[in-house]
Amino acid sequence: MNSHAFIFHGERLCALPSGALHWPGLSVLVVSDLHLGKAARLSAVGGAALPPYEARETLSRLSHDLEITGAGRVICLGDSFDAAGLDVHLPEDDLMFIARLQAGRDWDWIEGNHDPGPVSLGGTHRADLSLGPLVFRHIASDAAEGEVSGHYHPKARFTARGRALSMPCFLVDERRLVMPAYGAYTGGLWTDSATLSALMGKGAQAILTGRRPCAIPMPRRAGIRPQPAT
Amino acid sequence: MRAAVGNRGGADYLDPMTDLPPSLQAWFDARGWALHPHQRTMLARADEPATLLIAPTGGGKTLAGFLPTLAELGEAPPPGLHTLYVSPLKALAADIRRNLGHPIEGAGLGIRVEDRTGDTPSSRKRRQRADPPHILLTTPESLALLTSYEDAARTFAGLQRVVVDEIHALAESKRGDQLMLALARLQKLAPRLRRVGLSATVEDPAAIASLLARHPDPCAILQADPGPEPDIRMLVTDEAPPWSGGGAKYAIPAVLEEVKRHRTTLIFHNTRAQAELFFHNLWLANEDALPIGIHHGSLDRGQRERVEAAMVRGDLRAIVCTGSLDLGIDWGDVDLVIQVGAPKNVKRLVQRIGRANHRYNAPSKALLVPANRFEVVECIAALEAARAGELDGEPRGRGPRDVLCQHILIAACSGPFDADDLFEEFRSAGPYAALTRAEFDACLDFCATGGYALRAYDQWQRLQRRADGRWQLRDPRSAVRIRQNIGTIQDSDTLKVKWRGRGGAPLGEVEEGFAASLSKGDTFLIGGQIVRYEGLRELVVEVTRSPGAKPKIATFMGTKFATSTQLSERILRMFRQDSWPDLPAHTAQWLALQREVSRLPSPGRLLVESFPHDGREQMVVYGFAGRNAQQTLGLLLTKRMEEMGLAPMGFVSTDYATLIWGLDAVTDPAPLFDLAALEDGLDTWLAGNAVMKRTFRASATIAGLIERQVGGQRKTGRQATMSSDILYDTLLKYDPDHLMLRITREEAMRGLVDFDRIREMKARVGGRIDHVRLSRVTPLAAPLFLEPGRVPVRGSADERLLEEGVTRLMEDSGLAEVDAGMSKPKWRVPF
Repeated sequence: MNSHAFIFHGERLCALPSGALHWPGLSVLVVSDLHLGKAARLSAVGGAALPPYEARETLSRLSHDLEITGAGRVICLGDSFDAAGLDVHLPEDDLMFIARLQAGRDWDWIEGNHDPGPVSLGGTHRADLSLGPLVFRHIASDAAEGEVSGHYHPKARFTARGRALSMPCFLVDERRLVMPAYGAYTGGLWTDSATLSALMGKGAQAILTGRRPCAIPMPRRAGIRPQPAT
Repeated sequence: MRAAVGNRGGADYLDPMTDLPPSLQAWFDARGWALHPHQRTMLARADEPATLLIAPTGGGKTLAGFLPTLAELGEAPPPGLHTLYVSPLKALAADIRRNLGHPIEGAGLGIRVEDRTGDTPSSRKRRQRADPPHILLTTPESLALLTSYEDAARTFAGLQRVVVDEIHALAESKRGDQLMLALARLQKLAPRLRRVGLSATVEDPAAIASLLARHPDPCAILQADPGPEPDIRMLVTDEAPPWSGGGAKYAIPAVLEEVKRHRTTLIFHNTRAQAELFFHNLWLANEDALPIGIHHGSLDRGQRERVEAAMVRGDLRAIVCTGSLDLGIDWGDVDLVIQVGAPKNVKRLVQRIGRANHRYNAPSKALLVPANRFEVVECIAALEAARAGELDGEPRGRGPRDVLCQHILIAACSGPFDADDLFEEFRSAGPYAALTRAEFDACLDFCATGGYALRAYDQWQRLQRRADGRWQLRDPRSAVRIRQNIGTIQDSDTLKVKWRGRGGAPLGEVEEGFAASLSKGDTFLIGGQIVRYEGLRELVVEVTRSPGAKPKIATFMGTKFATSTQLSERILRMFRQDSWPDLPAHTAQWLALQREVSRLPSPGRLLVESFPHDGREQMVVYGFAGRNAQQTLGLLLTKRMEEMGLAPMGFVSTDYATLIWGLDAVTDPAPLFDLAALEDGLDTWLAGNAVMKRTFRASATIAGLIERQVGGQRKTGRQATMSSDILYDTLLKYDPDHLMLRITREEAMRGLVDFDRIREMKARVGGRIDHVRLSRVTPLAAPLFLEPGRVPVRGSADERLLEEGVTRLMEDSGLAEVDAGMSKPKWRVPF
């Protein structure tokens, strides 16, 4: 399988084409910002009824990644549901899909800003989670060391021979790793936005998702001072 | 609107009308004005349920539309809305208000006239609903919005007449379909409503008449005297136009001379960017400091209004403009129209020329300024066509169902509706006369539940059925969101441009895609000034003054035109000549050069050129088959190229040719035209193409699946692009037969042609494909590189470019070594 392997705080991690992170050492698969139920939430507030296939699409990708990695533990890094309470409103088929994926695996739901509070599904609900040298939480903290987070939905863009190319990406520097959004109906924040340019340290890399994940220097905005490296 | 012409006793003097209010008749008499025959006929036949008047610009068309209203309202009319006037342009509504004011005030008639557009303050809009004027001037979008209010029945209860101005322009787009659905609603609220359409000269008046009238009512067609033949010529300059390019900078001195020789000159351009560039160059050469202004749709409203006011006062000698001045606005004494760039269709040319000399009995005068040598050929062909009276036009076909979905939601906003009634109402609109109940029901289901195979939203339906069987909004608050999304105009998303600091005075708008291409320090032209890009703040492009710098050209566009097929055929005939004594020498030499270095396209053969240019491999296929067929050919050929590993990156089509660029050279084009291979897997290829995604985005926005405005805050275009592509892909994967995908295919096919046309072309050409491999761009290919409407092809080329780009970025940063370093664990914690 195409994936990009790299070392982060001593651990060998693999960025998968889909935007999932595989940690073979502990047989862990990490996904962030699934935003399940986003279409349902929008239609509940009187907006248009978007195609109700986004949970199915997201879960199919997850199923595929679990199959190829054989991971025994799944960490959902927050904003797994687009709003609190949406877990009970998912179509029965999608709830069954989640239950099948959970069977025989450890499952951690890290809470996000969209989905605080316990969820009705199986698995363990946590504010954050430490495993070995790594800590998993939804939003990057100031004093991060070996931190894996999500929240920002980073996307990289650059041009090659006049063609603009863009794709969701991982961002990694010496202290932290920011994951791309895994959900089907999620937007993104450019890595050259002020927010992400300020968040990531000097020498940060963007690992591009897509058929052949690979690392490039993080495209960032000039004139914004990156956080000092520790 | 010039009321009428002809002095008392002159040839076109007619007896005073007895049925005009006496004070109005006296006011006309005092000016020595009399009515044209078609104006009298309109008055005499005011009771017809529907009338289409076809008259040249300057023929007093608008007054003809209003005369029955003035006659019926009389000197002291009772309160209430009597006549609704709908025009495609906000500026036109304001212009008509001004011009109607003269006779109404002059004759002391107690008639209240107001306009209502997107620019009208909301306090006045509220008052207009409660206490409407006698005559309300508006646009299709504002009218659709008016019909969405709960009090629409009261507002329109006494409505007698509706006048649709420039109906030929509305009939070409979904705005016309929207308008006809709104008229169907008005007819229900005011059953005695009579309809009048005003049109410039068109090829098929009956087609427009059938759109206008309530189906199946008849529609009377009145043809006014077309007036004298226009005087159209090509501007002859000492300097030769360039091979390609759209600026016509070479013609600046000659154009200035013409401006000096005339009172007021309108200088039309096909795109806003060209207008800006030309205006800039014109000022650099304007040594006499003649007062010259610029007017186009990207400029700030305040700035446009200042130019309009100066023009009305007669303070300007020339106005550089685009389509924003296109539609019959009558300002000042224009005595010359200059068209820069080839007029892309003949009808447009004739209508633009109508702008000059608004005197009914004086010939209009116009000059064509080709911007490059191919356009010289196009101009000559267009002039021949105009003289032959050939008007081109594309038949519109059936009304699109995305607009229908929007009107179901609009109906729901105004109150509960009965599905049977609404179906009958829609079928009374000309464009929807052939609508079937099954088609209607599918649209209703889409609006109510989303219409998905997976019935996911039963608890959150947008529309709900009540106990009495009628449909209503589940959440009345959603009416606000629906109203914000009314309309069918697919503007490319634009961003406002403002001075940085300095109170942020607005300068105009640029396309978001253009803004995204700017880096700090880049310069571009807007409002005739060179500005320097400083940055983007909250969706506003901030600029500073940049004196003297050479601008990076603005790429924001005006209207995109399609050239007519008749012009293509004329041009192909011209190419067959041995020499071209009718063409200017420079253009004849240019064609001879094309014949020398490559070939000229000829009937019964297919010329294919290939050459490297711009770091890419280019291939040009000169099919001369019309834009739709060339567009289809572009889709087909890129599919074959992708299959053959030639890594195509995109294509662009004109009426004459398709230009395809990619990473690898085509050395033998014949296998690309293998019909069986072209057809194999075609559906899958089309479904994934950018043309389909673009169409889906437009239709999904109109049908209410994607919202343009969210709580008054517009999404940025890029977000909208991304999410609509994702929705499209998801639907295609899980619900391929969904209504929105069916509508997308129908709409995309309007811009393409069926495979049969390509098959015919192949049969005609047979194996006679002439491939010419060259080392550089040919004379005939050069103009294609500036053509708008480029369609990207996302395939193996993207993957190769990605690899190239990544390698380059890594080398540039020296990160290749850093990466190797990072792979070594710095420390390791055992656990």
